[in-house]
Amino acid sequence: MFKILKKEKLAPLVFGFEIEAPEIARKAKPGQFVVLRIDELGERIPLTIYDFNEKNSSISLIFQEVGKTTRQLASLSRGDFIGDVVGPLGKPSEIKNFGTVVCVAGGVGAAVIFPIARALKKAGNRVITILGARNKELLILEKELSSISDDFFITTDDGSKGKCGVCTDILEGLIEGGQEINRVIAVGPAIMMKFVCETTRPHGIKMIVSLNSIMVDGTGMCGSCRVTVGGETKFCCVDGPEFDGHLVDFDELMNRQKMYLEEENTSLKEHEAKELKKGKCGCKRDK
Amino acid sequence: MKKNNQRSIPKRVPMREQSAKERALNFNEVALGYGPEEAVAEASRCLQCKSAPCMRGCPVEVDIPSFVSLIAEGDFDAAIKKIKEKNCLPAICGRVCPQENQCEKFCTLSKKGEPLAIGRLEKFVADHERESGKISLPKKKGPTNKKVAVIGSGPAGLACAGDLAKLGHSVTIFEALHKSGGVLAYGIPEFRLPKTVVEKEIDFIKKLGAEIKTNIVIGKTKMIDELFSEGYDAVFLGTGAGLPRFLRVPGENLNGVYSANEFLTRANLMKAYLFPKYDTPIKRGENVVVVGGGNVAMDSARTALRLGAKNVYLLYRRTEEEMPARREEVQHAKEEGIKFRILATPKRFIGVDGWITAVECIKTRLGEPDESGRRKPVIKEGSDFLLPADVVIIAIGTMANPVLLEATPDIELNGKGYIAVKKNFRTSKEGVFAGGDITTGSATVILAIGTGKTAALEINNYLLT
Ligand SMILES: Cc1cc2nc3c(=O)[nH]c(=O)nc-3n(C[C@H](O)[C@H](O)[C@H](O)COP(=O)(O)OP(=O)(O)OC[C@H]3O[C@@H](n4cnc5c(N)ncnc54)[C@H](O)[C@@H]3O)c2cc1C
Ligand SMILES: Cc1cc2nc3c(=O)[nH]c(=O)nc-3n(C[C@H](O)[C@H](O)[C@H](O)COP(=O)(O)OP(=O)(O)OC[C@H]3O[C@@H](n4cnc5c(N)ncnc54)[C@H](O)[C@@H]3O)c2cc1C
Ligand code: FES
Repeated sequence: MFKILKKEKLAPLVFGFEIEAPEIARKAKPGQFVVLRIDELGERIPLTIYDFNEKNSSISLIFQEVGKTTRQLASLSRGDFIGDVVGPLGKPSEIKNFGTVVCVAGGVGAAVIFPIARALKKAGNRVITILGARNKELLILEKELSSISDDFFITTDDGSKGKCGVCTDILEGLIEGGQEINRVIAVGPAIMMKFVCETTRPHGIKMIVSLNSIMVDGTGMCGSCRVTVGGETKFCCVDGPEFDGHLVDFDELMNRQKMYLEEENTSLKEHEAKELKKGKCGCKRDK
Repeated sequence: MKKNNQRSIPKRVPMREQSAKERALNFNEVALGYGPEEAVAEASRCLQCKSAPCMRGCPVEVDIPSFVSLIAEGDFDAAIKKIKEKNCLPAICGRVCPQENQCEKFCTLSKKGEPLAIGRLEKFVADHERESGKISLPKKKGPTNKKVAVIGSGPAGLACAGDLAKLGHSVTIFEALHKSGGVLAYGIPEFRLPKTVVEKEIDFIKKLGAEIKTNIVIGKTKMIDELFSEGYDAVFLGTGAGLPRFLRVPGENLNGVYSANEFLTRANLMKAYLFPKYDTPIKRGENVVVVGGGNVAMDSARTALRLGAKNVYLLYRRTEEEMPARREEVQHAKEEGIKFRILATPKRFIGVDGWITAVECIKTRLGEPDESGRRKPVIKEGSDFLLPADVVIIAIGTMANPVLLEATPDIELNGKGYIAVKKNFRTSKEGVFAGGDITTGSATVILAIGTGKTAALEINNYLLT
């Protein structure tokens, strides 16, 4: 059992948890994730290790409510327990002094990119961060990311904060403005990563993406997470989650992410019905 | 027993099982097992051969004639004790061992008729003990103050841990998943091996004194060298052969195409057959194609059927003769209506909008024998045909999982990528032993138990010398 030490609401539907997990905290590196299962009936889902604190024996996770499991997770409070947490899984990010690195984060991808950007900064890189979201309410980790970035940009689809538009606009501007860029890292919805890759491809800039395929065990045992990279099947959980973005088959990834849409809906509806019965309308979720 | 005249051997007592029609619709155990009278009657068929040829077929050398004779006398408590002297997981082995290739193959009765039903008798006494709740613990040696870490809680790890605990060592099992049992928990379906049975057998290992820590991936959460610095004196690796193999033909990553490991893990470990009560989803196909001919393929096909498929096709590139699956499983699958399409193999998977709709297959014929002695399938050009499919399950074998191996480059592997061990189950790393599928490649439960037990003795020697 893993105790929730702290809970924080970062944006509508986005929460942060600090969880007691000494063994994982000791080993975690930027880019790695955990797989958790709330209880006996639960599904195993992957979440990135946003931060790790060996002294506190804790790890932090940031997640967005998108379906049944994340919804149920959001209903837990400080002092509650999560049944199973295993990790750190996946290969850590490559952290070196590359020169100038542009980190592009979409939505809750900011949580995935933060530990990577911080480590890159520490390794001596010039870090430029582009943080994008649909609107200003959905922007998370603005302060954290800007504090470790040499240059920091915000874009929102509706222009409610920062530049109106998408992150690739800024990236394109940087490239065209003659900014030397040694590496771009993008994390966010698959479609956004695909566009970032298309932006860097003609310029031959090294491109890293962190993929979010559907996982079960997270240890290379099932193949649920398989993705095609450079024409070869790879297991995202053990070979990734980071890959060379120019080699990733994003259309296949997006298709595979839709595999259980129907079941996910059923699951969420059942859960909502149960919440209603218990008298929880959802409005207390952030407490 | 003596009254059994060699010339007129009574027939094997049949075991009750759910009818094929009934069981194809539920996940309950197929075999209902013997009752006490049936068990006594079957045990009485034993000829009590002095040379006990049956024992030659048992990888862990269970004293078969003795336990059978105890059943014949009605002393079921003593019978199970006798088995447990050698095998700490009898309720599991009685259900899943390929007895037809092991003990029962050598049974003298088989020369004249049907061999003694040793597996069913083992299942009977193990179930009898569990249901009676009177589980007796064998004597343990006094504490040696030596600590052993066992990696993986499959049959190899469990057997090794159980025996080490009996020898007085302090044992901790580290398991990557949230549940222990290895393939017994995530692979073999409920209808063949109920999970309550597995849990109870694992409880027995715990009662012997072994501690189990789940959610720990050795090579990620903890390294082997750390285990030594934490005070463990020896390490046993029983991590299994858990990496699924794919066909590498076009369309394999279409939605609806599963590895058997994923399909079975969703169904068994995550209980997706009870979705939405359990959260993990699984695709319930109408037309399901399973590729392969082993136990894993049979389990996948029969699971798909129970999830409501109208047609389940089993595609195998050799003939039934060469199928590595247990005869009983093939028989059960056929009775339940699995449609065998032998001498054929997938050429590519066809999809519409990203979802599998059909498998393009091609016929094969048997050519010359290969290294394994089985005749090699040869493609018959121009013999393509289509099978409709909305779910495909690929059950063509597994390989060594790289997670631990990549983290321990100082452990030597053999030519096939499995851990190389010497006769005494030592690896190339000091104090590290290995057994089960991670050393042999996918094999059987009883072989994994056998290697786990022998390794326990070797570890004991290592620790005490
Ligand atoms: C390596 C990795 C790291 C991730 N890190 C984060 C993170 O830090 N923060 C965060 O908010 N999200 C993260 N995700 C995504 C997160 O796992 C999903 O949002 C979550 O599983 C959704 O579960 P649900 O039941 O709430 O929603 P559902 O309704 O079940 O699913 C919503 C969508 O999430 C995806 N999804 C569903 N089940 C799984 C699964 N078992 N594994 C992976 N994806 C699934 C599917 O594309 C699905 O359409 C990560 C995913 C991966 C693979
Ligand atoms: C579907 C199916 C049906 C089968 N049917 C039969 C049958 O009827 N009869 C029969 O005799 N055999 C059968 N087998 C084969 C048999 O189950 C295996 O040979 C046997 O389970 C191997 O045992 P093992 O202990 O070596 O490994 P496994 O049972 O594979 O267990 C290995 C364990 O180690 C864990 N692990 C792996 N890596 C790590 C790590 N780095 N850190 C921590 N833990 C780790 C895994 O999670 C797993 O729990 C079947 C196999 C399958 C898949
Ligand atoms: S999640 Fe099972 S292999 Fe990657």
